[in-house]
Amino acid sequence: MHGVGKSFYGVSVLSNVDIDVHPGEVHAVVGENGAGKSTLMKIASGVYQPDSGTLRIAGESVVLHNPRDAQAAGVGIIHQEFNLLPERTVAENVFLGREPTRRGLVDRRAMRARTAELLTAVGAETVRPTDRVGALGVAQQQVVEIVKALSLDARVLIMDEPTAALADHEVELLYALVRRLQARGIGILYVSHRLAEVFDLSSRITVLKDGRRVVTVDTADATPEALVRHMVGRELASYYPPKADAPGTALVTLAGAGNGRLRPIDLELRAGEVLGVGGLQGSGRSALARALFGVEGFTAGRMTLDGRPVRPRSPRQAVRAGIAYVTEDRKGEGLALSQSVLDNALLASRAATPRWFGGGARTTSVRDLLAAVEVHAAGADQEVRYLSGGNQQKVVLARWLAMKPRVLLFDEPTRGIDVGAKAAIHELIRDLADQGAAVLMISSELPELLGMSDRIVVMRDGALAGELPGDASEEAVLSLATGTPHEVPA
Amino acid sequence: MTTLTARRPRIDSTNGVWLALGMTLIVGGILVATDGGSLFGQNSTVSLLQRAAGLGIVAVGQTFAILAGSLDLSVAYVISLTSLIAAETMAGSDGRVLPAILAVVAVSGAIGLVNGLLITKLRINAFIATLGVGLLIKGYLEQGYAGPAGSVPVSFQHLGYDRVGPAPVAFLLFIGVAAVAWLVINRSRFGHHLIATGGDLDVARLSGVRTDWVLIRTHIICSLCAGIAGLYLASRLGAGAPRVGAEGGYDLESIAAVVLGGTVLAGGKGGVAGTVGGVLLLAVIDGIFNQLAVDPFFKQVVRGVVIVAAVAIYALRLRRKVVRKAAA
Repeated sequence: MHGVGKSFYGVSVLSNVDIDVHPGEVHAVVGENGAGKSTLMKIASGVYQPDSGTLRIAGESVVLHNPRDAQAAGVGIIHQEFNLLPERTVAENVFLGREPTRRGLVDRRAMRARTAELLTAVGAETVRPTDRVGALGVAQQQVVEIVKALSLDARVLIMDEPTAALADHEVELLYALVRRLQARGIGILYVSHRLAEVFDLSSRITVLKDGRRVVTVDTADATPEALVRHMVGRELASYYPPKADAPGTALVTLAGAGNGRLRPIDLELRAGEVLGVGGLQGSGRSALARALFGVEGFTAGRMTLDGRPVRPRSPRQAVRAGIAYVTEDRKGEGLALSQSVLDNALLASRAATPRWFGGGARTTSVRDLLAAVEVHAAGADQEVRYLSGGNQQKVVLARWLAMKPRVLLFDEPTRGIDVGAKAAIHELIRDLADQGAAVLMISSELPELLGMSDRIVVMRDGALAGELPGDASEEAVLSLATGTPHEVPA
Repeated sequence: MTTLTARRPRIDSTNGVWLALGMTLIVGGILVATDGGSLFGQNSTVSLLQRAAGLGIVAVGQTFAILAGSLDLSVAYVISLTSLIAAETMAGSDGRVLPAILAVVAVSGAIGLVNGLLITKLRINAFIATLGVGLLIKGYLEQGYAGPAGSVPVSFQHLGYDRVGPAPVAFLLFIGVAAVAWLVINRSRFGHHLIATGGDLDVARLSGVRTDWVLIRTHIICSLCAGIAGLYLASRLGAGAPRVGAEGGYDLESIAAVVLGGTVLAGGKGGVAGTVGGVLLLAVIDGIFNQLAVDPFFKQVVRGVVIVAAVAIYALRLRRKVVRKAAA
């Protein structure tokens, strides 16, 4: 790709970007959210058309009018959000839009056979072509995405944040898959926020910032510090804010609390403390947060808040009790995407204390909160969908801050958020704890979990597998999470 | 990759309606028998199947629209219009049956095309677009016709009155239409693309499916089915009738039959087999109440309850499935 530029509604999001990928090479593209990575990838895969610049594949100039053209030209893409139909089978998803036919009808046998071949080729025999995609785990769905791209005989494969939804042990499997693809001579453009991955996998790295290419370096010559400097244009001295000095008093206690998915749990959330919750995906971490928030509440045991027994049976009751929940599914559960920044920030306060008049004062205070958490938006009336992930998360945060919660539950608070905004979110979380709130933070990212938490509990199979101090090692968390005994206890 | 999700036997919502149908037949049969009648007598069965045919053909078309994530509210007026076109073109003459059928196909196809274009090219919500087109046709009908018009030759009335054994020809036509629809939906590329489009428009488009074209074809098919129903009604009534579609409530009832059959109103899931079950269920309920000579208002209440209950059961089951998945 040469000199590629693109603007939306007069706002330039990409200008004069050059990037190339060789057969069998993994070329990583990094940059903050809003740096233009996704736009660049969408141009390469025919979703958007560039305003300027050219695309060449194997030396031939191509124009991609739509995703179909890109497929024909051998460009496959695995989008950040899965592009699969949960109600359809693996084979139907893989061949969607290109179903093989025999005598005018879809040749389902051929479709299944070919899918099985491809699944074997990527070493994922456990997935069956006749499985319904919705019944598969996230990692398996990712495999389906990859197989779908491969079924096109893709020469170039674009992977946009492929690990965003994966747990750590699944990431390993993805690595193996990427190397396998590499060995088959497929050029891979690998977009990621996670620098560790980029260093593990790529041979070259391109940094984008504000829609421009900052630099392309050989991975061997690069350091994480230098990359971060290029990405944010400044050094991030320390990734995480300082931890709490002393643990506070217990604010929430659980005694034998459980429900259909949680085995009885004993736990304390203390004022002024960030309690990290580790574990694999599906280990019950989110179920715990959801139970505390009354989404699918506890059905057994006791929960007390400030010494008084409570058992929220709906989010509304939880909110009234002073509990706030920042969901991991920001776009699905966290925000009304087509509504304004202001409406989203006001959602909880309006719901909890409806009033006809005097809304003005509330609006003012929420505007102040939005400013305090430094939401960067064109205005409070802007639709939330146009904000970057980091800014969206800040809007969610502002909404809860308006409720002055005493207990905050964060589920993957920085998923899909760029490095700069991530640090800002971390600081906000720590500030809240410092002001006396009890914070529970679920994270799949071990550095985040270890860097933020004053205390860590690890979950496995719906139960607490153990508790660790905030300065535990990654190995200690992992061994608790996976249930493998480890020789050096932390 | 590592963990394999436990496999449960697939509970398909389209099976549910057949179960409900069986139970209704048993309970209804007993009720009618204790009342001294018979639900399964020749006469009542024939009239039951006869009733199912018209709605069934429309509902098959509606299944296409709903599976694609769309909806067609214009079908009732298309039925009225095509019944008139058929009867007036035939004008009682045997030789004009074929031209009449062609005219109906052309007009209903064109209406479907308009619906599809409004929805895809002008991006008008399907509800509004098809409602608007329906009202347009209604206006034309009310202005041009005060009552029945045209006449159908006796030869064409075979469609409405003949039968093979206990099965009316029209019912066989409905089953034929449904069978072709099943093949198209489950075995053709278009069918796969249709379900993908209804399941997730963006996913389908990003996978290279030409979703606009899929939706346009879907609406043409839906209108054509309404046209066939119009032909059948013309044959049955012996003439075209400007209000037969709206008075029969074919628009909402066809949607109800599809939803009863387990097709998700939002699209992407379901099928024509369920719709056939839904149509039969509605017809059987009608038949039972006719036999019992129940107050027609009460009949409507029961139908309403059945539809709401069915959808509630599907929703509950879906919800439980989602919860289970989240727990996995």
